[in-house]
Amino acid sequence: MHTLGDIMETIKMIQNENLDIRTITMGISLLDCCDTDIDASCRKVYDKLTRLAGNLVKTGEDISALYGIPIINKRIAVTPIAMLCAVSGGDPVKYAKTLDRAADTLGINFIGGYSALVQKGFSAGDRELIASIPEALATTERVCSSVNIGSTKAGINMDAVSLMGKAVVKAAELTADRNCIGPAKLVVFCNAPEDNPFMAGAFHGVGEADCVINVGVSGPGVVRAALAKHPDADLNEIADVIKKTAFKITRMGQLVGTEASKRLGVPFGIVDLSLAPTPAVGDSVAHILEEIGLERCGIHGTTACLAMLNDAVKKGGVMASSNVGGLSGAFIPVSEDAGMIRAAREGVLCLEKLEAMTSVCSVGLDMIVIPGDTPADVISAIIADEAAIGMINSKTTAVRVIPAIGKQIGDELEFGGLLGSGPVMRINTQQSPSKFISRGGRIPAPIQALKN
Amino acid sequence: MKAIISVIGKDTFGILAKVSAVCSENRANISDVTQSILQDMFVMVMLVDISDEGCDFSHLRSDLGELADEIGMQINIMHEDIFNSMHRI
Repeated sequence: MHTLGDIMETIKMIQNENLDIRTITMGISLLDCCDTDIDASCRKVYDKLTRLAGNLVKTGEDISALYGIPIINKRIAVTPIAMLCAVSGGDPVKYAKTLDRAADTLGINFIGGYSALVQKGFSAGDRELIASIPEALATTERVCSSVNIGSTKAGINMDAVSLMGKAVVKAAELTADRNCIGPAKLVVFCNAPEDNPFMAGAFHGVGEADCVINVGVSGPGVVRAALAKHPDADLNEIADVIKKTAFKITRMGQLVGTEASKRLGVPFGIVDLSLAPTPAVGDSVAHILEEIGLERCGIHGTTACLAMLNDAVKKGGVMASSNVGGLSGAFIPVSEDAGMIRAAREGVLCLEKLEAMTSVCSVGLDMIVIPGDTPADVISAIIADEAAIGMINSKTTAVRVIPAIGKQIGDELEFGGLLGSGPVMRINTQQSPSKFISRGGRIPAPIQALKN
Repeated sequence: MKAIISVIGKDTFGILAKVSAVCSENRANISDVTQSILQDMFVMVMLVDISDEGCDFSHLRSDLGELADEIGMQINIMHEDIFNSMHRI
């Protein structure tokens, strides 16, 4: 039998340190639902989703009971809807409403894939879908949207960057009466992964199988608690503790994913090894950095600390799973992380530091509340900067900023639940990047793209 | 198929007997028991075989939950695989 110490460690991780499976996400291809009649297409989408994911929630709950590990979210990611629009034409919002209805029927809280991939240019359906995003997010509850505007291979589509700045602002305006929730469900990517199980950026890539199960684990609290036991260790040892902890966390994701795939009769895709924080006390990535030795997240030293954390998480996790994918790394969403919220409130954590941090960890500028009167071109410029970091470093970067309509620096925006709350952060709008953004065209693919 | 039952709390009379009784009512066969005092807390861990046809896992779980409330201790039951995957390579 296992030692008492091992058993108690596992139980403590789950009960005291917020260890959980953050999400089981079923990726479903909708390519076979395309029809030249948009209503027929929507019908097929609804039928396929409810047929394949009918048992998703129940299976998640059963596995959770069997292993005694909480599985927080059961979700769905679908083929980028712009591809369906290309065939059917018509108002893309119809698809959003169909996805929302299917999510409601299935009892899942988010469905991702109201997306377009336009890193090199627009094809049929892409512009229509992007133009419809603000309305789609305002008229649905559970639909999440993402747009890939750049990649290391293709460069950055600056026309799309310009459109997305405007889309973010409009999404906030249309949902101003609901704490500007619209842009919290919209991610602008560079190098978007096609098997990411985490919302709001999840979609089901075209190279994927018809239906797969992807799992996202979590566990910042577990890593912090493990580090707390080594107050005097040097950084080699700290990295080692993180690796071992990441291994254990990931093994659980692998176990749950394998079991879910067996029970649902669907191939197992990947485990995403991310450290995903929640606003709950003790479930914060910022607190890990503070445990390592920074008085606050956001001060000088934060980037180095985060780089080590991110790397150690990957090293520990990669051996624990047969297939690793998605975003895999540490997430730094401001409004979803108690330590980040505190640092932002105190003015210690600023946008420029967050930008630097995104060059060494997964994802990018995430869940950042900015003043409601921020011009669309400034948001486009933020997107372009972030995409450039992703493009040059061959990594995923993303922007999910929320203009808080009617609010100014120092005010707070409250989303509730996993999305948390955040202070409106200062951004540099004294001089304008409008000329740069309005030039349009494409930033050519970097030399890093020429690997062949 | 095996599961691990853990009982944590203040030591008192008859804990082992009560937990064993619930296992027996639910046709879960006890294969191993360890107990210890960790940081002033009584900790007991039981390895039980739950593959018998008459053993309903969710029923066993809810019975253990009721017992936990009754005796004021924390009782968990988890499939053995979670410990295997986490602590064995």
